[in-house]
Amino acid sequence: MKMRDLTELAGRNLREAVLRNSLTTLGIGVGVASLVAILSLGVGLQQLANKRLTNSGLFNAVIVMSRQNFRGGFGRARGAQQADSSTPPRPLDEEARKELAQIPGVVEVYPEVRFPTGIKFNSNTYPTVVAGVPQSSKGGGAYDGIEGSFFSGPDAQEAILQIELAKQLSNNPSSLIGQNITLNYAERQALPSSSDGGISGGFSVVPHEEKLKIVGIISTEPTTGAGGFGQVRLIIPLDVAEKLQAAQTNDLRSVLGGSGARPNYASLTVKVDDPAQVEAVEDNIKARGFGAFSLLDASKNLTLIFGVFDTLFGSFGGLALVVASLGIVNTLVMAILERRREIGILKALGASDGDVKKLFFTEAGCMGLLGGLIGVLLGWAIGRGINFGANVYLHRQNLPSIELTAVPIWMVIFAIAISIGVSLAAGLYPASRAAKLNPVEALRYE
Amino acid sequence: MGSQNGAAVRAEHVAKHYQMGETLVRAVDDVSIAVQPGEFVALLGSSGSGKSTMMNLIAGLDRPTAGAIYAHGKNLAEMDSAELAKHRSRTVGIVFQAFNLLPRMTLAENVELPLRLAEVERDERGPRVIEAIERVRLSGRANHRPAELSGGEQQRVALARALVNKPTILLADEPTGNLDSKTGDEIMELITEINQSGVTILMVTHEHVRAEKYAHRMIIMKDGKVVTNGDRS
Repeated sequence: MKMRDLTELAGRNLREAVLRNSLTTLGIGVGVASLVAILSLGVGLQQLANKRLTNSGLFNAVIVMSRQNFRGGFGRARGAQQADSSTPPRPLDEEARKELAQIPGVVEVYPEVRFPTGIKFNSNTYPTVVAGVPQSSKGGGAYDGIEGSFFSGPDAQEAILQIELAKQLSNNPSSLIGQNITLNYAERQALPSSSDGGISGGFSVVPHEEKLKIVGIISTEPTTGAGGFGQVRLIIPLDVAEKLQAAQTNDLRSVLGGSGARPNYASLTVKVDDPAQVEAVEDNIKARGFGAFSLLDASKNLTLIFGVFDTLFGSFGGLALVVASLGIVNTLVMAILERRREIGILKALGASDGDVKKLFFTEAGCMGLLGGLIGVLLGWAIGRGINFGANVYLHRQNLPSIELTAVPIWMVIFAIAISIGVSLAAGLYPASRAAKLNPVEALRYE
Repeated sequence: MGSQNGAAVRAEHVAKHYQMGETLVRAVDDVSIAVQPGEFVALLGSSGSGKSTMMNLIAGLDRPTAGAIYAHGKNLAEMDSAELAKHRSRTVGIVFQAFNLLPRMTLAENVELPLRLAEVERDERGPRVIEAIERVRLSGRANHRPAELSGGEQQRVALARALVNKPTILLADEPTGNLDSKTGDEIMELITEINQSGVTILMVTHEHVRAEKYAHRMIIMKDGKVVTNGDRS
């Protein structure tokens, strides 16, 4: 029998016991819905995590340090072991910064400027750590939830407070926006070369002050490079931070390393045009004698973790689908009993065993297809419900909205395919049993 | 082989035995018959004589325990299940005492069913269904369901369904068994008409008078064996 005829006859048969078949189909739908809801939550969380990590600017960035620093600090990290030891180690100075900016695919190279400071506000001093961030950070998404605004320009005398510091400064953090603070910091001043031709250069440290206007408050903790001591609570424009010439922790190493008063950077952040190029750029940097690492591996691990999560919870959803498939077996076995005589008539009129088998298979497949479609819609609706509930909670906590669930097209196709596959598997036994019916006995059946 | 004499149906030493508890039932036992093309043969016998079993074997609905059955020279015993299905679809048409129409289908849909099974093209089906319905004089009732038809009309639909694939042999199992005398005669007239159009008829019946009136020849069975295999005289 041709597929169109099979489908027509199967549809007609399914409409005959409409309540029983609808309930069976709904059972499949519920199984698929639980699968889709769980997977959509897994995928949604993964997308959320990826988005947050991408917004942090670390996934299209390579952190570069001098190889000495790598051995001391990151020497135990993966990047150090892979650093190309055939090239001599290089200092991380201005020349290196310019060189790295020339590497294909690199869009920006900026140093980590991070130093301890004391903030004077209302005649009180608050110790904290300040960091400079480039103007390009604004577009990364890390400042999406900012109260107030980002820096008006790359050299604006402005500051953004992290909410914890803002709470220390005032009981009403929002009122701080527009007010001035004074930054107390240690300025590095170069010493003249010694007249006896001994050690050249060196620097002295003198206290200095800088006034800044508070323009924004953020609740997140933006990444400002390779990290290091203390938690950054105050953010200022990178150009301003560089001009301050504040003494940093690696200055002592620079002096002892022979670079004298010329500043060496603690680390450089190399921004890459496309996250896919990160690995190539990282290798290129290592080949030039620098230590480098990226968070590419962290991203891979994240995918693995979510893969395990999806498989584990998807299995529970799949279990519901398997239980629902037993409903198909039951429905079709009942249909064989009820339609025994009809099967005999079909065989008397020329239906082969294969035709009868295909007819029952098609009925199972139709229930699977319909159950799959219902399940996808139901699963999507459950996902939206979870999303709605989560956002209501977040809204009450004054937190920004998120997309907790996602139903991509591959999931729709996968869910419907699984539904049809499970239904066909469930139809195997009934179809085979129907096909084997002896037509003479079937025709005698009342 | 005796099957090569051009018979529409030839059975040679056919047996159908089955076990019922500890008893071996010989439903058909060493039966040899032949039906020539265009012949109208009545297979007579009382209940349990084996006539319906014999018809089922010729229809390819069942397989014999021993012997061979030929339809236009083709041995049914050598056919696999799919070939037997094809035999039932193309070579023979079957009508039953209980009509066996599918109640949820209309008259036209019931008649179309064998065409679907034989994978006849859709545009060809309509005219063939109309032709078959006209042949049994039920035009105008095409969209009625079996429950809306009388017993005689239902048997006419069954005849139309059996003939729609243009078989050469019509097997009728007690076609008038569920009908009153007048309607039974009408059905017999219709079957005679079908026979006159060239279709070979093998009719199972227990009605001796009707068989004498309409059939060319009567084969009488008793206890699974043929006791008379001759013409009506």
